[in-house]
Amino acid sequence: MLSKLVPVPSSAMIPDRDIDKSPILECVNLGITFGGLKAVEDFNLTIGRTEIAGLIGPNGAGKTTVFNLLTKVYQPTSGTILLDGKDTHGMNTMQVNRAGIARTFQNIRLFSSLSVEDNVKIGMNDQMHYPMWSGIFRLPGYWKEEKIAHDRALELLSIFDMQDLAKVRAGSLPYGAQRRLEIVRALATNPSLLLLGEPAADVNPSETAELMENSSKIRDTFHIAILLIEHDMNLVMNICEGICVLSFGQIIAKGSPADIQSNPTVIEAYLGKRKEA
Amino acid sequence: MKKLNHVSRRNFLTYALVLLAYAVLQFLSVQGSLSYSLTGMLVPICVYVVMAISLNLTVGVLGELSLGHAGFMSVGAFMGTAAAMLLENAIPSDPLRLAVSMVIGAAFAALAGVIIGIPVLRLNGDYLAIVTLAFGEIIKTIFNNLYLAVDSNGLHVSLLGNIQGLDTDAREIIGGPMGIGSISRISSFTAGIILVLLTLMVVFNLVNSRAGRAIMAIRDNSIAAESVGINITKYKMMAFVTSAALAGAAGTLFAMNYSTITANKFDFNTSILVLVFVVLGGLGNMQGSIIAAAALTILPEALREFADYRMLVYAIVLILVMLVTNNPTIRMFLDQVRVRLIGRKKKEDFNDAV
Repeated sequence: MLSKLVPVPSSAMIPDRDIDKSPILECVNLGITFGGLKAVEDFNLTIGRTEIAGLIGPNGAGKTTVFNLLTKVYQPTSGTILLDGKDTHGMNTMQVNRAGIARTFQNIRLFSSLSVEDNVKIGMNDQMHYPMWSGIFRLPGYWKEEKIAHDRALELLSIFDMQDLAKVRAGSLPYGAQRRLEIVRALATNPSLLLLGEPAADVNPSETAELMENSSKIRDTFHIAILLIEHDMNLVMNICEGICVLSFGQIIAKGSPADIQSNPTVIEAYLGKRKEA
Repeated sequence: MKKLNHVSRRNFLTYALVLLAYAVLQFLSVQGSLSYSLTGMLVPICVYVVMAISLNLTVGVLGELSLGHAGFMSVGAFMGTAAAMLLENAIPSDPLRLAVSMVIGAAFAALAGVIIGIPVLRLNGDYLAIVTLAFGEIIKTIFNNLYLAVDSNGLHVSLLGNIQGLDTDAREIIGGPMGIGSISRISSFTAGIILVLLTLMVVFNLVNSRAGRAIMAIRDNSIAAESVGINITKYKMMAFVTSAALAGAAGTLFAMNYSTITANKFDFNTSILVLVFVVLGGLGNMQGSIIAAAALTILPEALREFADYRMLVYAIVLILVMLVTNNPTIRMFLDQVRVRLIGRKKKEDFNDAV
């Protein structure tokens, strides 16, 4: 499916990312407390530049809180987040996105009254530069950049074969397509790290299989790292290279899918302790 | 020739209809077949159409309820008219002086928009509505107490009362609660229509540009907008200030249509009146705003023969329109009528935002 997109890195809006070995994301002792409740504590995680990592854990473990900390929806009360070696301290959500983290939401948040194409173009807002009056008076800058944005939006939508839906209202898309559109919109911001919040939740099995295939293709085409929260263990074990397990706000295990599957602490967190006879 | 999509076709149709209305009314007025009261209403209709479209930018496109829109209109009215009086000798041509004062009125209203926007746009929903209401009243009070006079020593401004110690050649421009008197009435229907077309161009083109998309993204989902790198404060401000500037230009045009203007003309009722135009025409629907503003400006005059019952009938008409347009049974009936007449159902329109 992505074959149509092969010449993507040539597109003017994608920066060349050197394939170097330093991590894209480093969390050091990250933590947040909500009035005495330690929602996330001593969270240490390193994600490689083109790694697909998984964040799993039972309900209420703090997975989404980690996403909200990384995107600065919450300001962490302790620890640091280094994105591409730079401290994100003091940044807000918008600045973190510009620095390179894009996300999708567990409960879908699209611009539902706008068209699919406009949703993607909004993701590119920061890469377009013509000023307001250029748009009002339709100066050459407007036509030039809108043309580039239009072509690029269709190109990105073709990742999920959605280019024919470009003029459709985003809110009227079926559920699975809305999830895919969120991913496309996130990719449109040119991230170096993509956070996917339960991309397979309530999505049918064939779409999940497609998502698995596309996740690695997205990584290979755009040379980005992906961190995903997911409850579908089949998906997580298949596509993630590293998995981090969270329980009650703390990391209880980290490692490869095989390690995690056989880890007794993880099994205990998910299934409870076997009663001693 | 660029292939026009659905949205731009509809926008061009709007421009064309406004021009057609202008041509017809102008023709009738040259022929002398327009009633005196309708002739007098041509400029106010244009003013209210511009007010409705500009408020629709804040309420429909940005999605924030503003109850102080008349405040910006009054800034435009007073500053623009004062500018016109000061420039009377410098610019002898009436249309040019009107244009320049409308620009000045719009600039002052935009400035007021920035000053009010800084605290107000941090709020959301009902709180924002309440604070804009308060600002509308504050602006009214300021103009009720503002004295501006000019003499050979230059401009004199006071908020305390009549300015003392002026030269004998002094000329009072703004006289506190008396407002501005002896305005040379240079507004014209043509100027009004040009302002309507200009406003339509600004709003349509803004909405279909990257700024407009960002503004609508904030309306649809501000958390998601922030997560894709949209600067919320900047785009909210952009919509709010543009809306204020257009209201300011409309205010100047409005004031110069009368020989005197006072601050009480731009009170809370005026803000609500414009909001009624917007709601009745449909949030985000500029064509609807035009029709609602024009119809509801004419309606009270047309109902003059009902005399005492005028406001009652006006209210009943408003309620009926709301009921009819929202009643599923009646809508279904209208759809069937449409199918009979045109042979097709109304197409699901995905670019209905504007």
